[in-house]
Amino acid sequence: MSAKKTGGKNDLGMDLLDGVEKGNVRAIARMISLAEAAKPESRPALAEIFRRAGNAHVIGITGVPGSGKSTLVDVLAKAMRASGRRVGIVAIDPSSPFSGGAILGDRVRMTELTGDDGVFIRSMATRGALGGLARSSLEAVDVLDAAGFDLILIETVGVGQDEVDVVQAAHTVVVISAPGLGDEIQAIKAGILEIADIHVVSKCDRADSNATITDLKGMLTLGVRAMDMHEGGWRVPVVPTSAETVEGIDDLLAAIDGHGRHLADSGGLEERRRQILEMRVLKTAEDIIRKDFRDRRDKLSGLMDRVRDRSMDPHEAALKLLDRINED
Amino acid sequence: MNEEPDVIRVLLAKVGLDGHDRGIKVVARVLRDAGMDVVYTGLHRTPGEVVQAAVQEDVDVLGVSLLSGAHMTIIPDILDQLKETGAADIRVVVGGVMPDGDVDALKEMGVAEVLLQDTPPDAIVATLRRVVARRGPR
Repeated sequence: MSAKKTGGKNDLGMDLLDGVEKGNVRAIARMISLAEAAKPESRPALAEIFRRAGNAHVIGITGVPGSGKSTLVDVLAKAMRASGRRVGIVAIDPSSPFSGGAILGDRVRMTELTGDDGVFIRSMATRGALGGLARSSLEAVDVLDAAGFDLILIETVGVGQDEVDVVQAAHTVVVISAPGLGDEIQAIKAGILEIADIHVVSKCDRADSNATITDLKGMLTLGVRAMDMHEGGWRVPVVPTSAETVEGIDDLLAAIDGHGRHLADSGGLEERRRQILEMRVLKTAEDIIRKDFRDRRDKLSGLMDRVRDRSMDPHEAALKLLDRINED
Repeated sequence: MNEEPDVIRVLLAKVGLDGHDRGIKVVARVLRDAGMDVVYTGLHRTPGEVVQAAVQEDVDVLGVSLLSGAHMTIIPDILDQLKETGAADIRVVVGGVMPDGDVDALKEMGVAEVLLQDTPPDAIVATLRRVVARRGPR
């Protein structure tokens, strides 16, 4: 793949590295913007960020739209702060498939955290990323990690197939279910419920939350994954919470810390880290190839004529397309 | 490499005792449809909260909607705090209802643009793009 000639020096963001390390808010924010803009000139600075990262406990928070992700992140981060740790938050909302724009509204719920210098919140749009988790979101996590935040929360977009991606980005995955969605529990059984290291039932101040808790617990005892698939036999807990009455939040924090310790003690942490990095390499390669295809639509058009008259199938055309790119 | 086009980031905020958020939600939608990333912070924020959010979000434009008449106290506070944080390159655009005389005074203080209640959607988008272009790359 040809490296694009930039003409200029590749030192964009190098002047921010010191500031990021010292936890300077402005420097951290600018560096995340550079990750999002993905200019070739900022690659060396982002590579240095990556070298400095790798110490934080990264927690993914996922669940159906309206299950209370932002609200839970708000009270959870507050509890984390009370334990004396610094918390970084990457809150992801979807981009419009039509205009590419986005409304990032997670901050509306995060009212407990404003004014606290120990919390850094960054809202990010998916910007059409396949899988809902943009490469830049993971680089934003790196920036916060390099800036010394102890705990980093990734709040995903509302549920879909997308959600499974977060398991490949976080050390601990928290899946939120809200009461009153009984049938949906059945429907998504084969999806995101399987990836949880910790289950949360939100809004447990509501009367119908007990049914949801029972459903989840029942599902966990039946599942094969319940014991075997988790590193070193981690028993997936179901934690009822209420952001309204601040019930169960300390239990959730204890479960998250417990999972972190379990990963460290069982050797599961190294395995997760390896999986996360492998996924990032593959995802980045996909990004680069996709961008390359967009830039060279003309290469595709010759092949497309043959696909259209069905003398070549899409699979063969794809292989030919890859060959042509590699020839350059 | 996978370089993205520069997406304009905007933070929209309601500050102080002002519960009228119909307008700002319409503006958020208009900007989204123009391809911008819009961070919305909700009602009843303090100038300090808004500035902290704008700096963390590293937005190009901080849009403050005010229908309460408190613009001549709130806006200078926001501008000062941005300067103190070393974030004066975040352009402030004010929207809402205010006397004509105050518009000039706000611009004098360093507000990039003031958009009054009769501004059409296209003009809002064009104004924000112009404000960001005038600032130049950073």
